[in-house]
Amino acid sequence: MNEQSIIHVEQLTKRFGDFTAVDAISFEVQRGEIFGFLGANGAGKTTAMRMLCGLSMPTSGKAFVAGFDVYKQTEGLKRNIGYMSQKFSLYEDLTIKENIRFYAGIYGKSDAFIKDKTARLLHQLHLEDQANKLVGSLPPGWKQKLAFSVAVFHEPRIVFLDEPTGGVDPVTRREFWNLIYEAAATGITVFVTTHYMDEAEYCNRVTIMVDGRIEALDTPSALKQTYNASSMNEVFLQLARKAKRNGDEVKTA
Amino acid sequence: MKQFLSFVRKEFHHILRDRQTLLILLGMPIALIMIFGFALTTEVKNARFAVLDFSKDNATREITNEMETSRYFDLAAEIHGYNEIEDIFHKGKAKLILVFPPSFESQLQHVHNPQIQIIADASDPNVATTLTNYAGNIIMDFQNRYNQERKYPYTIQTRVRMLYNPQQKGTYSFVPGVISMILMLVCTMMTAITVVREKETGTMEVLLVSPVSPIKVIVAKAVPYLIISIINIISILLLSYFVLEVPIRGSLFLLMSESILFTITCLSFGLLISTATDSQMMAMFISLTGLFLPTIMLSGFLFPIENMPKALQVASNIFPARWFYQVVRAVMIKGLPLAAVWKETVILGGMAVMLLLASLKNFKTRLA
Repeated sequence: MNEQSIIHVEQLTKRFGDFTAVDAISFEVQRGEIFGFLGANGAGKTTAMRMLCGLSMPTSGKAFVAGFDVYKQTEGLKRNIGYMSQKFSLYEDLTIKENIRFYAGIYGKSDAFIKDKTARLLHQLHLEDQANKLVGSLPPGWKQKLAFSVAVFHEPRIVFLDEPTGGVDPVTRREFWNLIYEAAATGITVFVTTHYMDEAEYCNRVTIMVDGRIEALDTPSALKQTYNASSMNEVFLQLARKAKRNGDEVKTA
Repeated sequence: MKQFLSFVRKEFHHILRDRQTLLILLGMPIALIMIFGFALTTEVKNARFAVLDFSKDNATREITNEMETSRYFDLAAEIHGYNEIEDIFHKGKAKLILVFPPSFESQLQHVHNPQIQIIADASDPNVATTLTNYAGNIIMDFQNRYNQERKYPYTIQTRVRMLYNPQQKGTYSFVPGVISMILMLVCTMMTAITVVREKETGTMEVLLVSPVSPIKVIVAKAVPYLIISIINIISILLLSYFVLEVPIRGSLFLLMSESILFTITCLSFGLLISTATDSQMMAMFISLTGLFLPTIMLSGFLFPIENMPKALQVASNIFPARWFYQVVRAVMIKGLPLAAVWKETVILGGMAVMLLLASLKNFKTRLA
């Protein structure tokens, strides 16, 4: 295993009955990298990510995240990762402060740490005036940014983002990616799934999954060169046409 | 511990923020006790009655007077002939009419067997039966006193004594019933819903990725409802003691401990439901029809278990409320000690442990 790699995956497979959702994928993610996981709906992105988070048990293969085995060392694994799910996962009937306090609390952070960091975070997000407002009353874009900030609040070594910008307008998506860059600058490794191809350009390296397999893995510029394409969208379309499964995106493309 | 406290605090935030639900949870027991205590009682108070008195002597006046001064009857009218009876009932002026024959008192003194006719409006048969019983008792009392005063020979009378509930107050039997109902509703349904809600909103996924252990999630969910239940038990007991005048004969400490034990059993039941379902609707449906209704029907609270067909008697054993209802009745109304209810206590405790273990086992730390 490479010294620098924080995620190490070898032949990782997940089957649900006859259906192979993730088919023997292998890759490494380097410390501090922003690693994009691209694919049409149903390509197996979310399943792969869930195995890495300890949410789903792999059928076979190896996977180490932050040095922890996803089969056996889920305790240690869970302490060292952050996770933002596709669904908005803050409590809408709690205030911003209460949400932060709760999520920091379940990671066992001290009151002093929580207090200090909450103040800085609210300042950074310009949410000082809204700290005691219910999260449910925030506009969608703000909710997403807040959810991300909460996912990295406990300073995990890796944060997993599952389609974090779904249903968010382009401007907010831009701001959201700024937050991701800021987090990466502090040394947090970012593992992000998306099906927005423009977002793929923001990643250090991207993986394109088709039908549960990894079809391509490289930096965006290298991929564009290899496939002789002007944008990541073209790269993706070339690869996704091979798909046998009927993801919605593939059909309309 | 810190994780656990963060969790409990969060649960309290949820509950305190949802004022309507909180109001229902705390207000429902009070409303139920009031409804059962005052409206759904089998007792009839201040029923209007009329008198058709053909003799108008001391004895008839005394009986009429007794009736009127009792808390069950109010004199609505004195009528003067049989033809007025229909009218009284049609207009709903009275529910019961006493008819004294002519020369009642002299018959009483010389022939010893005068008759009083009691005519009741039996369009509501339950009320009619109750009222005729009351009237019969009042007349009986009068006869006893009358006999004693005049040193007349003894007449044989049957005297029924109602143990534990001498006035046969309806309130006695439903207080334990309401306690079990409320605890069942608050603990089982609310805990089931609150866990399932996290699955629905997707927050459960994030909790599963966090290092919190399932037992902490589960217990933290239950703590606020345990506290609400204790408040409810206290308010029910206070209300029934001070407003409905139902005595608490046994040890208050024993009663509270048993109630908390039952609460824990209900909470465990709710948690088990929540681990087995994925939608709030389903959780509610299972708690209400699968648990709440059978509990009301089969716990012995509405229908005596002894009267049920054998199969239902056996089925009733699996409902915790059946055992708890017996405990409350024994401790609260009969004043029995723990020694008399140890069997029920052990059963309730055993159920709680089994349900908790089952829900822990069922609580998935992975999604698939």
